[in-house]
Amino acid sequence: MSDVLLSVDHFTKRFGGVTAVNDCSFSVESGSITALIGPNGSGKTTLFNMITGYLKADSGSITFNGETITRPRPADLYRKGLSRTFQQARIFPELTVIENLVVAAGYSWKGLFGKRVSLDDEVRAQKMLHEFRLESLAQLPSGELSYGQRKLLEFAAVLMSEPSLVLLDEPTAGVNPVMIDTMERHIRERNAAGVTFLIVEHDMQLVMRLCNPVVVLDQGSPIAFGAPATIQTDPLVLEAYLGS
Amino acid sequence: MKALLARVGVVRAVAFFGVLVIVPLVTGQIGWLTNALIFTIMYAALASSWNLVGGYAGYPSLGHAAFFGLGAYSMAIVFNGSVYGGYLPFVMLPLVAIGAALISLPIGWVAMRTRADVFAIVTITVLFIAQTLAFNFNTVTGGAQGKSVAPAPFDVSTYNWPFYYAMLTLLAIAMGISLYFRRSKIGLSLATVRADEEKAHGVGVRVTAVKLIAFAVSCGIVAMVGGVWAYYVGFVYPQFAVDPLITIGMVLMTFLGGRGTLWGPVLGAFILVPAQEFFAFTFGASQLYLFAYAAVFLVIMLFLPRGILPSISDRLRKKRAAANGILRDASDAASAVSAQPAAHQTGVTR
Amino acid sequence: MHALIQAIILGILTGGVYALMASGQTLIFGIMKVVNLAQGAFVVLGAYLTYTLFVQFGMDPFASVLITTPLMFLVGVGLQWALIRPLHSDDVAQLSLLVTFALALGVEGILSFAYSTTLTNIQPKYANFSWTVVGYQVNLVRFCAFALSLVVLAVLYLVLKRTKFGRAVRATVQNPMSAQLLGVNAQRVSALGFGLGAATAASAGSVFGMLNAFNPGSHYDLISRLLTVVVLGGLGSIGGSVVAALVMGVASSVVSAMASPIWSDFTFFIVLLLVLLLRPRGLFGARTRGAL
Repeated sequence: MSDVLLSVDHFTKRFGGVTAVNDCSFSVESGSITALIGPNGSGKTTLFNMITGYLKADSGSITFNGETITRPRPADLYRKGLSRTFQQARIFPELTVIENLVVAAGYSWKGLFGKRVSLDDEVRAQKMLHEFRLESLAQLPSGELSYGQRKLLEFAAVLMSEPSLVLLDEPTAGVNPVMIDTMERHIRERNAAGVTFLIVEHDMQLVMRLCNPVVVLDQGSPIAFGAPATIQTDPLVLEAYLGS
Repeated sequence: MKALLARVGVVRAVAFFGVLVIVPLVTGQIGWLTNALIFTIMYAALASSWNLVGGYAGYPSLGHAAFFGLGAYSMAIVFNGSVYGGYLPFVMLPLVAIGAALISLPIGWVAMRTRADVFAIVTITVLFIAQTLAFNFNTVTGGAQGKSVAPAPFDVSTYNWPFYYAMLTLLAIAMGISLYFRRSKIGLSLATVRADEEKAHGVGVRVTAVKLIAFAVSCGIVAMVGGVWAYYVGFVYPQFAVDPLITIGMVLMTFLGGRGTLWGPVLGAFILVPAQEFFAFTFGASQLYLFAYAAVFLVIMLFLPRGILPSISDRLRKKRAAANGILRDASDAASAVSAQPAAHQTGVTR
Repeated sequence: MHALIQAIILGILTGGVYALMASGQTLIFGIMKVVNLAQGAFVVLGAYLTYTLFVQFGMDPFASVLITTPLMFLVGVGLQWALIRPLHSDDVAQLSLLVTFALALGVEGILSFAYSTTLTNIQPKYANFSWTVVGYQVNLVRFCAFALSLVVLAVLYLVLKRTKFGRAVRATVQNPMSAQLLGVNAQRVSALGFGLGAATAASAGSVFGMLNAFNPGSHYDLISRLLTVVVLGGLGSIGGSVVAALVMGVASSVVSAMASPIWSDFTFFIVLLLVLLLRPRGLFGARTRGAL
């Protein structure tokens, strides 16, 4: 049994009378590519927002790298090595591609007063641009990128701080098939280099190829957990997806 | 290309400040001109400072006049009728700036926990607090009777000069800091705060720190400008030192020239202050100038909401994009096509 | 103790009038997400209209509400149509703040031109009449002003609860996008909402003019208090701002009686800052922006 990198413990969130996330617990093992799937409205994105501190949980906590955090905050998690992307690819459209990477790389207090893009920043960013084949777009305002390129850029930016755990919210939604392959390749490469992933994804073929284990969420709590093959035949899962 | 652009910038700055430095030397005896220029430069400095918060950080402060008043009153209190200053008040200005910046920190910390609209409300409240204090703290501020500043012992024929150059220096400082912000990580971080503060938190931008830096620096410069103003006009009344019109001036000029640009606030000031003077001159004491001012304001908001400079650079960029756009379009047509339905989808669910 | 209770009575009566002004402002925010900085100017405009009707035509200030309110409703609709509607939607929050600020200045300028800047007051014959109820003074005008405010608020409540327009408004406040998908005409709701906001300001203005000396610059005092009330009330919640107005009315009246009138304004500001420190979204924390 390998180490648990992140565990979610008894998360609950209600919006008015609706319980979006209900006493939800699961864990992500270090080095895995864990998928979080479930039918629409099952609470996946809400859960993501709670884990990363964008939404306050009514109750529950997370444990990341052995440290229990009852009120996660995005900035703290970033420093501890947990980063995320958003479903709609939130980048900073006024900044150039390279600036998007530089600003996400983290900087010291001294760096704050230093150059906008220092030589050192440039070298680091170029490396990432090279990995993601975005070199030719480096100086372009990122608002001019295509949707798929934005998703790639956001992913690359999140990696700049060398996080140990990355949460991807539907990394391939709305992008073309070639871009899906590209995204998959980058996830695999980074995973091989030691980054753990937790991925919300609707593309089941991708999930089945890429992820292990898979967590299935329905009505705000996990109903199944395991290897893709076992999940596929789990009657509870089929019921959740197809309706009884 | 980059070097060329930088050189154009330097030339522009040298030309601008060069002309302004020479003007009094050439037209020294024409008092009204230097007087008018002092107020124009004053507003250019105020707008440039406001731009640090309102433009770069995207936090539209309506309370900056409070710090203008703070600077003005600190001058009037230290250099009251019995203490004659000479050039000493100018030397004191950095202290005024530091004091104002320190006072602005807790205010900014509270106010900047809120976002755009509530932030504007909180800061305008700060302005009203300052006004109430100025009117009612009689022992310190002299209440509605105001407070006089010791007259400066300058030669009559060149009386305006020290004030003129002091204002010009403050404008240079404001623009210098503005330029520094743009070229440092502070500006980069502020741009992320303005675009998407939540996301900025998530990628480790020191959000609170940069917001407070921008706010404190901005308030500090505004206070220095207020100090020079008080020394120049010689009398500090609460309704003029802590005046919503001063706030509105800064905001309006920045909006007209272009938020978040280096030259926009300056351009706005050099258009609007003369216009304002013209209205005041034409409509005199009839108070109709307020109405005329409001009308100009509305026209700008409705027809030029992004400001002059951004509108121009937008047009230029479009032209350039049209020239080399064909190439790029071909290369990622595929991804662009598939992106459209997705963007559509998110638009509806939001 | 006597003085304290007297101050509380006064505070409730004054708070009612503020509730009326603030309800209009919070309604406008709820519908359009526009912080109307001209609400105070609308009140002062209403006061001057009442003043003119009183001085020129001898019309009773309470009766003139029947004229000023519909008039200002039309003015409000017109202003929304001309000034707020054309704004670019991606920046409405900031631009509308400035536009309404400009509007306030414009109103101030016109009023200064028409009436000069000296302080005036509307003084009907019964202005200084008051009852003594178990030892406490209750001023007739204040009492009627309070009653009028309650009546107008009740009408507003009924309009929002019982009419088709009211349903459209409530739908828009809760979720503008789905309201539009369900066929609510957002532009019309916004225009009517802005008109209603201006109308409540006008009716409050009529009584404000009897209770306070005012001049064209009075809108600054008013708007600073109104902003405090609507922020405390949770921006967009009418019930919240009524409660906040009453609380603030009592608080400032008590401070005014116990300490000094100078510090009564301060109570507003200090309470606002304290509340924002603890709860950046207001006391009654209505749904604002920022939800993911």
